[in-house]
Amino acid sequence: MKYGQNMSRRDFIRISSLFLAGAAAMPVIPAGILSGMGSRPEGKTDGKIVYSFCEHCFWRCGIAVHVSDGKVTKITGSEHHPLSNGRLCPRGAGGTGLLYDPDRLAHPLVRETRGGRQQYRKASWDEAVTIVAEKLYKIHGEYGPGAIAMLHHGFGVSFFKKMLSEIGVNKIAKPSYDLCCGPARQASVLTYGYPSDTPEGFDIMNSKYMIFFGTHFGENMHNTAVQEISEAIRRGAKIAVFDPRYSTLAGKAEHWLPIKPATDIAMMQALMHVLISENIYDKPFVDQYTVGFGELWDSVREMTPEKAAEITDVPAEAIRTVAREYAFHAPAAFVHSGRRTNWYGDALQRIRAIHILNALVGNFRMPGGVVAFQKFPLPQPPAAHEHPAYEKEAYSKYPFFPQDEPSNTIASHEIVQQAIAGEIKALLIYGVNLPETMTLGRQAALDALQKLDFSVAVDVLPSEVTGYVDVVLPECTYLERYDDLDNGRAFRTPFVALRQPAVKPMFETKPGSEIARMITDKWGLHGVFAPTVEAGLDKKLKLAGSSLEEIKKKGVLVMPATDLYRKPGEPLNLKTPSGKVELASAQLKAGGFDAVPKYMPHPEAPRDYYRMLTGRKPMLTFGRTANNRFLGDLASARENEVWVNTAVASKHSLTNGEYVHLKNQAGVVSEFPVKVKVTERIRQDAVYMVHGFGHSSKQLTWAYKRGASHNQLISRTDIDPAMGAVGFQNNFVTFVKEA
Amino acid sequence: MSNRKNYGMIIDTRVCVGCSACVYACKSENAVPEGFCRDWVVQETSGSFPALSMENRSERCQHCDNAPCVTYCPTGASHYDEYGTVQINRSRCTGCKACMAACPYDARYVHPEGFIDKCTLCRHRLEKGLETACVSICPTRSLNLVDFNNMTPDSRALTSGKEVYRQKEHAGTEPRLFWISARNKPGA
Repeated sequence: MKYGQNMSRRDFIRISSLFLAGAAAMPVIPAGILSGMGSRPEGKTDGKIVYSFCEHCFWRCGIAVHVSDGKVTKITGSEHHPLSNGRLCPRGAGGTGLLYDPDRLAHPLVRETRGGRQQYRKASWDEAVTIVAEKLYKIHGEYGPGAIAMLHHGFGVSFFKKMLSEIGVNKIAKPSYDLCCGPARQASVLTYGYPSDTPEGFDIMNSKYMIFFGTHFGENMHNTAVQEISEAIRRGAKIAVFDPRYSTLAGKAEHWLPIKPATDIAMMQALMHVLISENIYDKPFVDQYTVGFGELWDSVREMTPEKAAEITDVPAEAIRTVAREYAFHAPAAFVHSGRRTNWYGDALQRIRAIHILNALVGNFRMPGGVVAFQKFPLPQPPAAHEHPAYEKEAYSKYPFFPQDEPSNTIASHEIVQQAIAGEIKALLIYGVNLPETMTLGRQAALDALQKLDFSVAVDVLPSEVTGYVDVVLPECTYLERYDDLDNGRAFRTPFVALRQPAVKPMFETKPGSEIARMITDKWGLHGVFAPTVEAGLDKKLKLAGSSLEEIKKKGVLVMPATDLYRKPGEPLNLKTPSGKVELASAQLKAGGFDAVPKYMPHPEAPRDYYRMLTGRKPMLTFGRTANNRFLGDLASARENEVWVNTAVASKHSLTNGEYVHLKNQAGVVSEFPVKVKVTERIRQDAVYMVHGFGHSSKQLTWAYKRGASHNQLISRTDIDPAMGAVGFQNNFVTFVKEA
Repeated sequence: MSNRKNYGMIIDTRVCVGCSACVYACKSENAVPEGFCRDWVVQETSGSFPALSMENRSERCQHCDNAPCVTYCPTGASHYDEYGTVQINRSRCTGCKACMAACPYDARYVHPEGFIDKCTLCRHRLEKGLETACVSICPTRSLNLVDFNNMTPDSRALTSGKEVYRQKEHAGTEPRLFWISARNKPGA
């Protein structure tokens, strides 16, 4: 293992297969689902149905889990849940592949050194939890709560947040925020005064014209959004896609504009230029409801379609066509803010530009435009326990990082850097496979893991990170546990959803609710959590006039649809400083940043190198599904490919289907080779590979060595100076043929 | 109304994103062995950069009205049923593969237990008045189950005014899968 050589203190441990589920998982697998001997008579899958919600991505669709003889036989979309609407994406249907994964963590593990060699040994829950409680308590006492941090990904983390808040620890980060949704959230706050959420606030179903920049619905199976895009297509909506790659969504588009990567803001400025200079923007809306129009026009006056064409490689006439069609269909038209938004460290400004394009056509709270979905108002019970106030200085150093989310107080890369610098001594890692997470690339993650005094991972699978910690606590999967109520999603019909176990926890795994309680009990903090997780849920639901018993039936409580649209002349009363839509942001200006988005050039590829773009496959969600044999069974899911334009392939003598290593601009060579896909579907200045492959942990027996790791090839990151998100598309690769 | 049923599908490729939810739903529902599938997804791109076009399709047995697999099956294992679908009687199947050679759509595979297997159009669900597993999971509603002997106004509306095709019609198989082409303009 190349990157394992410099380790002095904490060796990477290959968890012995004795400590994993292994053969123990196999007998409980329903015959035929994984065993390859599918002789089960058809139609026996419809047993008891348990309604819950999915954990295979952040969208959290409602699922109907079919259980026969104590085994999950299939998972379908819940007909009661507004986000799934009876339908489900492949990942949701593939939950059995996680539940019955023979590589699952089965026992608590503790690192020990024996005969000079570091290894894990099986520990009882009491012993493992005692070590965690003692180490955290000691570090807390010695260095204060600021020396403890948590990285998390997944809905079950709420109990650990509460646990840490009890000792005043609030250095809590979710890498997904920095890579994915963060810039869109903060751009919405700065422009409209409220955060955009999931599903993003667009009235897709009723739209007549949708513009997408680089986001690729259909390859990211955000169920509700994909359902609504399909409905819009059936109703005759037109789509324009700006993307260097001919994505599946581009395949649905009236216009595919293969934009030169990293030039999106120039394109958006040119679209604004056309809207304003041709006087086809919504002047009454802009006059009445926005501020900063003059400043905006000054900033885009020079960005003519001709100038933008030189920068973006999209013809000026095509730019005019899209702008005119967009204005023609407005207000039932929008530019979507997308997902996995941070590309070059300027995503806050890019998404601001998207919201300005929306505001210019007056689509705010109009049918088919930008809308503000509502959340289910769930009253929170009063705190059962006094705990120390948060240490405010723990918040992110980035001025436009959110200040209002206790679950997300600091950027994940700040935690990685603070760990490397020795400021953070102890790290709790919940569901984040740090070495393969796009936070600062693999090497920084490993450096951070080496420097810590103490680390604990709560996980389901022996992902890479579990080899670098001191204690591994095996959580049961989302199909085996209760979690907190989900009222975090705003949608057309506000709802609160329940996660409930379909089957009992397997092996020695435990739900997060129990693990967190065991740790707080060790600290002597009794009564932090309700006596049982069920009692806690019931108490919350009773405050909302329902009960656990009631919500268990359908897995969700749904309110009637809210009125999404504004009336003529209705005041907007936005929570921005001006109370209006901020085309120019006074807050950004006061913080020393551009009040209106401005295009800035990004680095270009060295000769014979190509910009590395990334995305996903519809049946996979990176680490959550990498080892899922059921989902991995299709040929299209088994490995990632590097997409190479036909002309580039010819220049480098690459043939379709051959395997090459990739080398980045810093000289890092991919650990494993990757299959070449020669295609017309990508520009000549970029290559594309799906993230989440090329796992180096041999314990992930399915994922190991499949494809190449995108994360390993990230050597350069660009951090958004305003809100701290991490961009990583200024990495370039070339091809190394196998000797 | 006809008493005899003739089930098939109308598949709207304009909205299909090729996500393969249909494939996984089928594998769970029908316990399809690892490494095999009864339905599959095709993503077809044509043209050259930047003038490209794409069609995504979820494919399976076409439940032909004039099915070569039934004609060429020496044991009568492959047969038509009262739903207008083509089924395989496993106890009669010898695994001789004559049907596989005859099928123009490559819809069949040899099950590890020795018989030939393929899409049943979830006959066990049709019996209960349910849609097939693939139709009921499809997030884009690209897949539509249709009784061609008893077309509803909704199923007629699916194809009206649109470019619709069937695969390998020249083979004379009278397939019961109809495809709404991705070439249709928005709002067709």
